[in-house]
Amino acid sequence: MNENLYKYILGIADNSLILAQRLGELCGHGPSLETDIALTNISLDLLGQTRSYYQYAAKIVGEGKSEDDIAFLRIEREYKNVLLVEQPNTHFGYVMARQFLFDVYHHLLMEKLQNSSDENLAAVAKKGIKEVSYHKRFSSDWIKRLGDGTQESHLKMQEAIDDLWRFTDELFYMTEADIAIAKSEVGVDVSQLKDQYYKEVSQILEEATLAVPESKYFTKGGKEGIHTEHMGYILADLQYMQRTYPNMTW
Amino acid sequence: MDNTKKNWPLWEVFVRSKNGLEHRHFGSLHATDAEMALENARDVYTRRSEGVSIWVVESKNITASNPQNNGELFEPAQDKVYRHPTFYNLPDEVKHM
Repeated sequence: MNENLYKYILGIADNSLILAQRLGELCGHGPSLETDIALTNISLDLLGQTRSYYQYAAKIVGEGKSEDDIAFLRIEREYKNVLLVEQPNTHFGYVMARQFLFDVYHHLLMEKLQNSSDENLAAVAKKGIKEVSYHKRFSSDWIKRLGDGTQESHLKMQEAIDDLWRFTDELFYMTEADIAIAKSEVGVDVSQLKDQYYKEVSQILEEATLAVPESKYFTKGGKEGIHTEHMGYILADLQYMQRTYPNMTW
Repeated sequence: MDNTKKNWPLWEVFVRSKNGLEHRHFGSLHATDAEMALENARDVYTRRSEGVSIWVVESKNITASNPQNNGELFEPAQDKVYRHPTFYNLPDEVKHM
């Protein structure tokens, strides 16, 4: 089994799974019917991508493993998602800030991953990039609306951006597996995407009349399996059914 | 402040389900402006690939006939069968009539 490739795929897929789970929490609780459906749509897009990655990962592991084993039956340390996506839905400003800060990265990643020499990954990226382009448009629009909206929406948007900013640097952190896979033509060297990322993010924030945070304090850990305190609760929700009724299906 | 959500204007959504067909009224939704109405329409009405084109128009811009006037507007047409194209057969190839 190609251990590095397996880890590399999880690094990408777990971001989508955990963000999909976070967005799924809002199903039926969105601020308006239209936004509720939009967020659930994004959640389902991400979940669809996750499934494709996990099916591929399951094939790499072999041993009769399925996508469900990978999604539901790992322990916290084995999830490799970035800390950004596990942050809570504090208020709608946070939901959009988290989405926006992730979408810009996600789009840059998909652009590169389309050219992967691994045809499975390239195919998922080619299909996914259309969805991700829409996510990015949707979240950018909301950043601009709220940032350049009322005084209150501006303050809340700025609060969320300032608060989540410290998780952005981890997006470009490379694990050992990432480095190994990027050396072949299979993986993307995400550390190279950093300048473009901050350029795009800053541009939207400026359009939204929001300040680009100057803080240089960043935190990381998720990509190595060291998560924030929120992760355990997410997994409790996510895994409950499979843990309680092993092998249950719909 | 607590009223802002209620104040989102209503929009009517028209979707063309495939090329060659006309836009059909699909329903309505709330949005603050045309751009948001289009995005919301995409999410609410076309997520199961129902459409190839969307129109949105703010509901207040639609002038509707008054049901009270139905008598004078529509009834005179009912007894004039010669206005209906029922006296010739449509070829089978013509669909969507």
